[in-house]
This record gives sequence, structure tokens and C-alpha cells, in this order.
Amino acid sequence: MQPNPLSRYTKKELARRNRAHTWKMMKENRVLYLFLVPAFIYLVLFEYWPMYGIQIAFKNFNFADGITGSPWAGTKWFRYFFRSPQFKAVVTNTLSITIYNLIAGFPLPIILALVMNSIPSRRFKRVAQTITYLPHFISVVVLVGMMSCMFSLKSGWVNGLIQRMGHPPVHLMGQAKYFRHVYVWSGVWQQVGWGSIIYLAALTGIDPTLHEAAVIDGAGKLRRIWHIDIPGILPTISIMLIMRFGSMMSLGFQKVYIMQNSMNISVSEVISTYIYKMGMIDRRYSYSSAINLFNTVINFTLLTIVNQISGRLSGNSLW
Amino acid sequence: MKRMSAGDRAVNFVFYLFLIILCILCAYPVWYTLVASISGPTYVNSGAFILIPRDIQFAAYKYAFNQPQLWRGYGNTIMYTVCGTMLALFICLPAGYSLSRKDLPFRGLIMALFVFTMYFSGGLIPMYIVCKTLGLLNTRWILILFGSFSVYNIILIRTNFQSGLPEEMREAAAIDGCSNSRFFFQFALPLSKAIIAVISLYVAVGYWNNYYNALVYVTDRDKQPLQLYLKQLLTVSIGNEANGEADETALINQLSQIVRYAVIVLSTIPIMCMYPFLQKYFVQGVMIGSLKG
Repeated sequence: MQPNPLSRYTKKELARRNRAHTWKMMKENRVLYLFLVPAFIYLVLFEYWPMYGIQIAFKNFNFADGITGSPWAGTKWFRYFFRSPQFKAVVTNTLSITIYNLIAGFPLPIILALVMNSIPSRRFKRVAQTITYLPHFISVVVLVGMMSCMFSLKSGWVNGLIQRMGHPPVHLMGQAKYFRHVYVWSGVWQQVGWGSIIYLAALTGIDPTLHEAAVIDGAGKLRRIWHIDIPGILPTISIMLIMRFGSMMSLGFQKVYIMQNSMNISVSEVISTYIYKMGMIDRRYSYSSAINLFNTVINFTLLTIVNQISGRLSGNSLW
Repeated sequence: MKRMSAGDRAVNFVFYLFLIILCILCAYPVWYTLVASISGPTYVNSGAFILIPRDIQFAAYKYAFNQPQLWRGYGNTIMYTVCGTMLALFICLPAGYSLSRKDLPFRGLIMALFVFTMYFSGGLIPMYIVCKTLGLLNTRWILILFGSFSVYNIILIRTNFQSGLPEEMREAAAIDGCSNSRFFFQFALPLSKAIIAVISLYVAVGYWNNYYNALVYVTDRDKQPLQLYLKQLLTVSIGNEANGEADETALINQLSQIVRYAVIVLSTIPIMCMYPFLQKYFVQGVMIGSLKG
């Protein structure tokens, strides 16, 4: 039997040699650390330094005393938030938009990718891709501007169409009951094509011989999609789903804020806009930070839980 | 070519129909905006369904061209987008390359430090305090800096280098006396045009379309980007209409509707035009990036 070549060394000696090796590698690759410096500077200044400031959520912050000097307030701001009527409203509004968004927006890009992948004409596929990607490049400001023009009661073509079909005009942008539908479906319109890219990419990874064999066995198009394509992109689907579930409580600020008006505020005030208003407009810095921290912790926890569950069930996890 | 079964032909028909309807739904609002911006105002204001321009005129563009605020915003946005995208490449490309190297000691630890910030952050007010401390509030710097660093992009670049550059290639180059930095600039970068194009597009679109950073950190009007100007111009009447006030007060000027369409066209065309040029690289780049996240 061959003796283990490592057994010649004592544990101590091994550790020393390991350290020496690491040190040598670091010296040899010092330029690689130099490459990381710009990213590191940004990371420290604008990611980790702000984390130090999270403590103001537990303080009565004022700019004169600074982060460290401001007096402690314990969990006062958290209790204040949980007791305020806003708490239930912003959490409910955020959740109902993200869940609606998930249900309406998640399956469509997958369906689009499957359809695009299985049509025979390459040129048609490319044209369809280019057209469906277009809306992605429109900014939220422009999107909302377009909607307010096109959905306008008097001069918008959408209401023109509705009236021609014999219905009274609908004030889509100004009524609370339409806010969620307009928000979600305009988002679907913008992202359906772009969202399909990742699934299309995953579909190209499927072994073409599987399809050839299935054709010889007489499998039709739908059967091949069901038995080959969908199982093939299932890992991608589950990763995307994890990320969507993990961001259940985080809803981007930009579009909601711009769609808000006095008529829909009861359904359009979400966590991110509330944080902004409390912090930047009302200047209640500690209160705003407390809500922000609450939200970050929830998001982090959600993602961890969903990731754990997914890892256990299907072996697909983010880390 | 084998003949298709009847079932497959029916499926194909449905698929084509689905794609055509989807394309019309995606394209029509964009097309309408373009057509309305050069059509007669009375025609557009009537709320008609327009397919081709009518009473072609460029009054709206003439009006828009005479708005100094629009041009200032335009100039600012171009500056922020160009500088920001270059900064993003400067930060993310070398970092992504370093992290792609398996022989880099403490790679896992550094990676963890980066990834943690994807899921946990200080938040709005702590960030605001940092910017105030650094004296960055109300400067152009902040609008160039924010958006340049993205862990997601660094991971994309790292994955790309890992799968696109064979380990043997670097070892061979190292034996021939090629240093790390020379290898990066002479081999790694030229072989990564696709991923550079993809990252540039992602980042540039982000800069072009962002109004949040300017809203929070910059109050000076001359430093405002295009999107913030558009926000004032395009969304000001939503509230009015919502309050039940008729269009007359908000849209005194009959032109205003088509001016809006014209401004939308002017502000969106540059960024939309980037895509066809980068499309060649795009599919390739995204494929590499998504193979293993």
C-alpha cells in the first residue's frame, strides 16, 4: 500500500506550508488585488459605510450630533411604525402589487420563450424578439407619460376605442381601483420580451438530439415542449422564482412614485415610497431608517427561507 | 424536409398568431407615439386610432427644440451616461476578472463580501448621511458614481471569464512570461467584446432612465438629468385630471399633447437605437452569462 504522501508532515508543518503557499500566491497575483481596488473603494464607501449608519434606526438622529453622537431611542421607532395605521396599509399595498405582479408577469416570458424557440422561421423569431424587447428601453417616466396621454379621458386613443365600442370612458390613471391593474400590466408590457431572454438562453442549452429522437418516435410539437423543453429549463425557472419570492416585500420606488396621485394614494403608498416621504420630505430620519431596516431584514429573511426550501426540494439554490 | 402532421401545423398556426398579436401589442403604443408626434394636434386630440400620420407637421418638435431646459437635461444625461458607463467598466471588468481566477487566495471571502451587499444595504437615510459627509450632495459626481457598481454585473463578467477563457491558455501565457496585467489587457479583454457590450447596454440604459438619484441627492436645476425634467413635464397633468379638473386648464395649449409625444420620442430614441448595434453581441453575451449563474 502506498503511504499517504501528506502523512510525512505534522499538522503544524502542513499549516505552515499552506500559509507559505498562500502568501506566495498572493505575492505572485498582487496585480489581481490591484484590479479589485476600485470596486473595493466603492464597496466600502457606498455599501458598508452606510450599514454603519443603520444604528440611527435605534436613535433620535439629528445632523448636529451625527450618527455616533445622537441619543439612543431603543426600539421606539419600530414600535411607532407597527402601531401606526400606515403599517398595515403600506405592507398590504406592497404585497398585493408584488403578488399580482408575480402571477401576471412570471409565466408570460416563459411561454413566450417556449413559443419563440419552437417556431420554424428564424427570421420571424428575430423580428419578434427585436419588437418585444423595445418597450424595455422606455424609462418609467416616459412610460407613465405615455399612459397619461393615451389613457386621457378626452384625447387618449384608448378611451376613444372604449367609447367607440359603446362603453363610457374609463379614467384609468386617476382611480384607485385601476391603479394595480395599470401598474402591473404596463410592467408586463415592458418586460415580457426582455424577461424571455434568459429562458431562450436556457433553451439553447438543451441537447438537440433529444428533439430529433422524439420526432422519430412521433412526438408532436406540444409533447416535445412538455417533455423536453420545460424540464430542460426548470432549473432556470426555479432560480427565477426564488428571486421573485425573495423580493416579495421589495417593490421598486421609481414607477410607483411617479404613478401616485391624490386619488390613488390609498392603494399606491408602498413601503419604498413611504420610506422616501418620511425621510426626505418629512425629515424624520430615524423613523424612516427604522422602516427601511424592517424592510431589509424581511427581504433578507424571505430570500434565505425560500432559498433553503428550494435547495432542499429541488437542489436549485442561489448559494 | 419532413411533412408536418396536422396537429403540428395547427400548433404552429397558434404560435404564429400568438407572436403576431404580442408584437402588435408591444409595437403599437411606440408606433402611435411616433406618429402622433408629427400629426396634426386636432386630429391627435380627438382620441382617434391612428395608423399613419395625418396632417404631417413638425410644430411640436419646433416647440420642443426651443426649450432650453430640455437641452440642458439632454446634455447632462449624455454626460452622466457616458462617464458612468465608462466608470462601470473600469470598476467591474478588472474586479470580475480577478474574481474569475481560481488561484486567487481569499477569493471566496471577497466574493462573499460583494454578494452580501446584493441582499443587505444601509438604506436611504444612512446613504444620504454618507453622501453629505463626503460632500457629494448636489454635485454631478453622485449622478456619475451611483449606478456604476453592480455585484450582478461583476458576477456576469466573472462567469464570462470563467467559461470563455480556458485555464490552459493563461498557464501557457504565464510560462511564456506573460504577466497578469498583460494577459488581462492583451487577451482577456479583446476576447470579451460580447460581455462588454452587454454590460455597457445594461448600465447605459440604467443611467439614461434613472431619475431617483437626482430626485434624492441633487436639487440644482442645472445639474438635473433629462428624466427629472420629463417627470415635471409629463406627469404634471395627471393630478389635475384626477382631481376632476378638465383638460382645459392643464392643456391650455392645444399643442401640449403632441409636444409631449415629441419629447418622448426625442428622449427615448438614443437609448432605443443602441440596441440594434449591440444586438449582434447581445445574444452571445447573455447566453454565456446565463449558462451558470
